[in-house]
Amino acid sequence: MKKETNQIKGKLIAVEGLDGSGKSTQIHLVHQWLVGLGCRLFFTEWNSSDLVKEATKKGKKRQLLTPTTFSLIHATDFADRYERQILPMLKGGYIVLCDRYIFTSFARDGVRGCDGGWLKKLYGFAAIPDATLYFRVPLPEALARIMSGRPNLKYFEAGMDMKYSDDINQSFEIFQGKIMGKYDQMVTEYGFRVIDATRNIPSQQDEVRKYIAGKIDLAQYMKKDGR
Amino acid sequence: MSEKKFYRQPPPGVNPKKLPGLLVVIEGTDSSGRSTQIGLLASWLEQKGYAVAQAGLKRSQLVGEALEEAKKGNVLSPRTMSLFYATDFYDQLENRIISALRAGYVVLADRYIFTLMVRDIVRGADKDWLKSLYSMAVVPDVTFYLHLSWRALVERTMKTYSNLDYWESGMDLGLSRDWFDSFSKYQRKVRTEFGKLAKEYKFIEIDANHPVEETNREIKSHLEAMLEKHYINGKQ
Repeated sequence: MKKETNQIKGKLIAVEGLDGSGKSTQIHLVHQWLVGLGCRLFFTEWNSSDLVKEATKKGKKRQLLTPTTFSLIHATDFADRYERQILPMLKGGYIVLCDRYIFTSFARDGVRGCDGGWLKKLYGFAAIPDATLYFRVPLPEALARIMSGRPNLKYFEAGMDMKYSDDINQSFEIFQGKIMGKYDQMVTEYGFRVIDATRNIPSQQDEVRKYIAGKIDLAQYMKKDGR
Repeated sequence: MSEKKFYRQPPPGVNPKKLPGLLVVIEGTDSSGRSTQIGLLASWLEQKGYAVAQAGLKRSQLVGEALEEAKKGNVLSPRTMSLFYATDFYDQLENRIISALRAGYVVLADRYIFTLMVRDIVRGADKDWLKSLYSMAVVPDVTFYLHLSWRALVERTMKTYSNLDYWESGMDLGLSRDWFDSFSKYQRKVRTEFGKLAKEYKFIEIDANHPVEETNREIKSHLEAMLEKHYINGKQ
């Protein structure tokens, strides 16, 4: 269960940012670009493993989760995806594109009061990405983008468990602000590439593609059989 | 004695100063008579006027079912299993053990982080990683380790189950294709690791080869002094 970095031929790209930063759109465009180039590519999302989905749903519905169990349930999900998908894909020479990675836990669970050192050790088995893109928008704009969609905010998503406010919208705003603070603190330590997500979509995508092409020799990941 | 210790720090939101109860952990392999002893201790304590709460592994509402399902299929990686168990453990710790300690109960825990750690260590987990994972657990006031001779372990296991359990035989480890051989190798590894933890975490070893009542008397004699010191002198 030790890290086996020397066996990793593939490359890992992680995308992080607040809800409302437009990162899903940008990931979709990166995905299309890499597929178009014929790269061996695997895409995976935070909190999506079938095995633990049930438990997560159950715990969230019953509001039984504490910051610790909330964090651990996501770590279980991540470990399952990491060991069955991400790591084998990396060893098999794929580019793995992650919509949210361990930094999402560092930010969210950190805000919920989990110890930073504990979280870091918990996820210590995970490889550090070759490129981490952080889509950053000023908080009011991120909130405006989400709220304009009249979202049906969920209890944990809005950080209602933190008792910041009885008003779910207000709670969400406070929670998101704190998460952004945590992300900003990680920029230097983990070498995030900060993308100004207030710019128009194609300009952002242009910057993202140039950055990835500079970090990863894409020609190495193009399939040989022409498919 | 009113302040509880945690291995490194308490879980977010838990105040260690407001936990006047007593945490008693009973460790030991299957067939060592843990649950029988706990049953006897619970009635004895209640008769003496102490409120008792029981806790165990795999009893939480959160992931208990999902875990049982997953074990049937044997499809999870060792690390995913570790984390599933850890989630379950912390759910019990925060929602059951800590609440009972807060209310001043004597908590009888049928196994604790030690069983979970041993199970993972023999499957190749990194010990530092595990220690960090469980670093928010309450340090028990006392941990009894019920120890059986090898012969007694084999006889009791055979008698209870009349066949060997897949997980308790460590069949997932691929130690041997022969079921009994695998059981022997696995249980020896488990005992070796428990022995190391016993020293490190200062377990009180109890010889569990004796008849039930005798073993129980031994545990009670240790507990009696502790209870007095904790509840009477400590004015809890």
